[in-house]
Amino acid sequence: MKAPRFAYARPASVAEALALLDKHRDDARVLAGGQSLVPMLNFRLAAPKVLVDINRIAALAGIKVTKTHVRIGALTRHAEIERSADIARHLPLVAAAMPHVAHPAIRNRGTFGGSCALGDPAAELPACALALEATFVVAGKKGERRIAAEDFFKGLYATALKGGELLIAAEFPLARPGYASAFGELARRHGDYAMVGVAAHGSGKSVRAVFFGVGDRPVALEAENAGGILSKLDTDLEPRGDLHASAAMKLHLAKVLAGRVLGELTA
Amino acid sequence: MNAPLETVEIEATVNGERVKRSVPARQNLADFLRHELELTGTHVGCEHGVCGACTVRVDGEIVRGCLMFAAQADGCKVDTIEGLSDSREIEELQSAFVLTNALQCGFCTPGVLMAAQALLRDLPNPSREQIREYLSGNYCRCTGYQAIVDAIEAVAKTRQARGNR
Repeated sequence: MKAPRFAYARPASVAEALALLDKHRDDARVLAGGQSLVPMLNFRLAAPKVLVDINRIAALAGIKVTKTHVRIGALTRHAEIERSADIARHLPLVAAAMPHVAHPAIRNRGTFGGSCALGDPAAELPACALALEATFVVAGKKGERRIAAEDFFKGLYATALKGGELLIAAEFPLARPGYASAFGELARRHGDYAMVGVAAHGSGKSVRAVFFGVGDRPVALEAENAGGILSKLDTDLEPRGDLHASAAMKLHLAKVLAGRVLGELTA
Repeated sequence: MNAPLETVEIEATVNGERVKRSVPARQNLADFLRHELELTGTHVGCEHGVCGACTVRVDGEIVRGCLMFAAQADGCKVDTIEGLSDSREIEELQSAFVLTNALQCGFCTPGVLMAAQALLRDLPNPSREQIREYLSGNYCRCTGYQAIVDAIEAVAKTRQARGNR
C-alpha cells in the first residue's frame, strides 16, 4: 500500500524542527531514516498530518569521541556506524550489532536516533544503549534534557520522549579497562528483526546482559557472572509468542543464545 | 523549506539527467521513477522494505525506493537500473546472470543487480557467505539464489584477475 496523504516539511535546523513539532504536536511525526516509519505509513498503522523531515539537519549527524564519551548524533546512519573506526575501538558492542541491523540498503538510510526513538522491542540498538548505560540527549522548547537509557524505553514503541521533543544524540561512556562485550541474535533471515537477541557487557566482577525480542522493551539483567545471568532467565524473562516463535520457543532460544554470547564474553 | 506542503517542487539528477517536477508529498521514490519518469526497471514488490525489488542508488548508496519519498530526493543524484545498464557499469554482471541462469522471471533482478554492484564496490573479493549475507535484503522466488551467488562470485573473480573493480 501507499502512504496516506500528509504535508511535508524539511527544517534546516534543530530550532526550526522544534518549532514545527511544537506547532503541530500530536499531528506531527519526525521523519528520520524512515526505514520503519514509512512501512508504518504504507500499512496505514500511522497517519500523521505532518511529517517533519530532519534529514537535512547536518548538526544531528556524526560520531564524536571526547575524553569521557562517544556521542552518536541521532541522524547518524547505520552504515556510518558500521564503518566507523571510533565505534569499533570504543564501542565494540555496537560494532558487533551493526551487521545484524537489517540489510545494507536499509543501513544506508536508517538512523541511530530513529531506531532508538521508535522503541521497537526487537531492535538491536536500544539493547546496546541499555547494555552500555548510554544517556539520551533530547531537545524541546524549554531546552535540552538527558535521559538514562534505563529510563528511556517505556514499552512497546513507547519511550520517554514527550510531544514536541526531538532526540538529538546518545552519549556512551568510553569502554573501561577490563570490560568486554559480546553480541548475538537469532532471526529467521539474516537482517530480519530478532526472534531473540542478547547484548552483553561485563568484567570479571559483573555482567550485564540485555535481552531483546523477548518482551515489550529490552530487558537488562545483571549478575556477578555469566552463571548468575543464566540462572535468572526462567524467572526474569517473560517472552510472548508471536508469528515467528511461541513463548516457550523464545525462552529456549534465549537460553541457548545467552549461553553462547556469555561464553564468548568470558572467553 | 519550512511550511508543511502536500505538493513539493523537486529537482534531481536521475541517471545523469536533470529533472524538475512537482510531486505529491506522499509519493515514494520508486513510484516517482516509474510513473513520472517512466523508468519502470525499478520494480515495486512489497512496499515495506522487505523484498528489495525497488533498490536504487541515491547519492551513490543503495536504498529502498519504497522507503524514501520523492520529495526527499530533492537535490540528490539518483541512479536506477536503466542508468547502470546504459552506462555499461554492470555489463559483466548482466552477462554473468545470463550465463549462469541467475534469473527466471526477472522481477527481482534489477534490485539484485543494484545490490550486487554495491557489494562488489564495498567487498571486491567476497566469500559466498558474504554474498549471501549482503543479498539477504533481496528476495528471489525463482532461483533459490544459488545461481545468483555463482554469477556474482564469477564477476568478482574476473574483476580480481583483471586487477581492477
